Amino acid sequence: MQLNGGQALIKSLELEGVEVIFGLPGGAILPVYDPIIDSPMRHILVRHEQGAGHMAEGYAHVTGRPGVCMVTSGPAATNVVTPLCDAYMDSIPMVCITGQVAYGAIGTDAFQECDTTGITASVTKHNYLVTDAKDIPRIIREAFHIATTGRPGPVLVDIPKDVVAPNTPRSEMEWYWPSDDDIKAGLPGYRPTLKGHPKKIKEAAELINRSVRPVIYAGGGILKARAAEALRELAELTGIHVVTTLMARGAFPDDHELALGMPGMHGNYTAVTAMQKSDLLIALGSRFDDRVTGKVDGFAPDAKVIHVDIDPAELGKVRVPDVPIVGDSRLVIEELVKAIRDLGGADAQPDRSKWKATLSGWQEKFPLTYDDAEPGEGLKPQMVLETIRDSSPDDTIVTSGVGQHQMWTSQLWKFNHPYTWVNSGGLGTMGFSVPAAIGAKVGRPDATVWCIDGDGCFQMTAQELTTASIERIPIKVAILNNGYLGMVRQWQDMFYDERFSQVRLTQDLPDYKMWAESMGCVGFRVESPEEVQATVDKANEIDDRPVVIDFRTDARENVFPIIPAGQNNDAIVVHPSQEPNS
Amino acid sequence: MTLRDHQHHTLVVLVENKAGVLSRVAGLFARRGFNIFSLAVAPTTEDESFNRITIVVDVESAPLEQITKQLFKLVNVVKISELDPRDSVERELMLATVRAEASERSQVIELVDVFDGTIVDVGHNELTISVSDSPERLDDVEELLRPFGLIELQRTGRVALPKLERNSPRLRNASKVS
Repeated sequence: MQLNGGQALIKSLELEGVEVIFGLPGGAILPVYDPIIDSPMRHILVRHEQGAGHMAEGYAHVTGRPGVCMVTSGPAATNVVTPLCDAYMDSIPMVCITGQVAYGAIGTDAFQECDTTGITASVTKHNYLVTDAKDIPRIIREAFHIATTGRPGPVLVDIPKDVVAPNTPRSEMEWYWPSDDDIKAGLPGYRPTLKGHPKKIKEAAELINRSVRPVIYAGGGILKARAAEALRELAELTGIHVVTTLMARGAFPDDHELALGMPGMHGNYTAVTAMQKSDLLIALGSRFDDRVTGKVDGFAPDAKVIHVDIDPAELGKVRVPDVPIVGDSRLVIEELVKAIRDLGGADAQPDRSKWKATLSGWQEKFPLTYDDAEPGEGLKPQMVLETIRDSSPDDTIVTSGVGQHQMWTSQLWKFNHPYTWVNSGGLGTMGFSVPAAIGAKVGRPDATVWCIDGDGCFQMTAQELTTASIERIPIKVAILNNGYLGMVRQWQDMFYDERFSQVRLTQDLPDYKMWAESMGCVGFRVESPEEVQATVDKANEIDDRPVVIDFRTDARENVFPIIPAGQNNDAIVVHPSQEPNS
Repeated sequence: MTLRDHQHHTLVVLVENKAGVLSRVAGLFARRGFNIFSLAVAPTTEDESFNRITIVVDVESAPLEQITKQLFKLVNVVKISELDPRDSVERELMLATVRAEASERSQVIELVDVFDGTIVDVGHNELTISVSDSPERLDDVEELLRPFGLIELQRTGRVALPKLERNSPRLRNASKVS
């Protein structure tokens, strides 16, 4: 069957099982947008290419399937660099198709030309410049294979216009579809290690059986590996408590008795201190991020480390493990469970009652807390979050941007199901929340999707709510509007002698309610505590269009606990009401 | 010019022979803050679909392990061998144009002979010579030629192979990380 490159690309995406493309057409990618008309794949027309990228990420986060975005050359390609980098940092499977100027024009500074593969080389797991339509099926298959296997990540495919346009010599091709074996043979340098080394797994099991203060340090890799069930089995078999990092929230149910919640710079006291005082960290799909470890030299000084990761480069990158295991978290945990059973299982675990008592003592003494608002003050953002949490279904998907609102959400929400928390962890991309929520809702139309956002973040990508309205993607947005770049304000408040520099945004401009309405959403503004519950309930009832609620919150509210940057995790600062002198 | 033994490491990187691969490899070094001391690229003789990149880096060994692991993550990188200078043979090629007027020509030729070099071009008052040897020996040649007057000098990056150890080959395959 003779096809042109554009048809071959669309057919390849269909055969890869793509059900939705987030994109925006333009000159160089035009020929691909013609066959899209006849394709059963859904295309969602975004308002800015960055939105397309974050939507693809949100979709991938909640479905586990690769998100696909497609944009044109030049400025469109540079606009997806942020989401590509975001996906790279957070290991999100994603395939991005970019248009490119005609092959012969490459290197001539043609209109809307840029060196897309050069620019994106450091923010993608791999990228391709297609030079002949004959390569399209192979490259698309390779791109999906690379994006979704091993440590997942974004793959970009840059395609010159004459490779996809009809009636050009580079665009002619005889259709074929490569087999899995063809793809493996074509990638001699790509062989992810999935199975852990049995000897190392046995060593890990023995170490666990000797440890009296162990902590499971679960990272985003648990979710990528679909290992939540296996993790639960490991925790329950051994009775070991679990911390879930920012990227792993939901990987272990927060309502489980062994759940310690989130560690790190804004982690709760017990999660942070449990790691700090531990004698064994069982790191599963986590990467000793600086936001978790604080000052590395002072991090968990007495702990031995078992480190399981599918990416060999993570082992020893920050902390040298005592037992390094390269492999897929799910497969390794399953083998580890077997190895522990072989050594006597639950009965062979040492007496850890003292450690458990210590942990529950901390939990009792240092719960997450905040002061209630006094009459006349702005809303407490934590109260708003708790109201949304308690009024929404248990399996609600929550997305967030970056900053104070992100930390409060991650701390206070009860994540009892995997794949319900979508946020930008590694790159810390403000503006992630709205488009990610749209992508998540497209992937899981059955689920309630709450986008928790800050007013600073919201202004960066809010235009995608027009996309959501027109495409009938009914997400719910809660803006915790404190009129500030809140996290920066908090640092200036705590570490720069309250000298506030360039952080004031104002709560009234723009008018978020009117802005939401102008984009086809239902808009609310909530200023008093009494209105919070009723408005959240109203929002939860609306299911035919997006809802935006402008919550006027108290700008003075800071996130606690906090570990000042560059300090040892022992320097954790708890809520002022929990300080010994208060 | 020369890195002495203990300071440098030689990575022999087998890559797919595809457009842009060298830039990916070099770019990775730049991004992680490593300076490449010398670089040599050539197709492998056994299979034209692969290239061998020989990279000499000036680093401590601990960060080198990290860069090796990161390098191995590149999809087009097939295999990495790290050669300790003590356990490998290294060669570099030098081309030099030396001033050699009739009165001094025979001295230059003699010197080139001592180092098993060859005369590859002859002019009225100069000679172009070619010597291939270990980087240290090439330093010596350079030093000895200098008094005659060096007009131009070019050296390639070094290439290396593991020494044929009689007891235990210490070629460490960096890709095999347990």
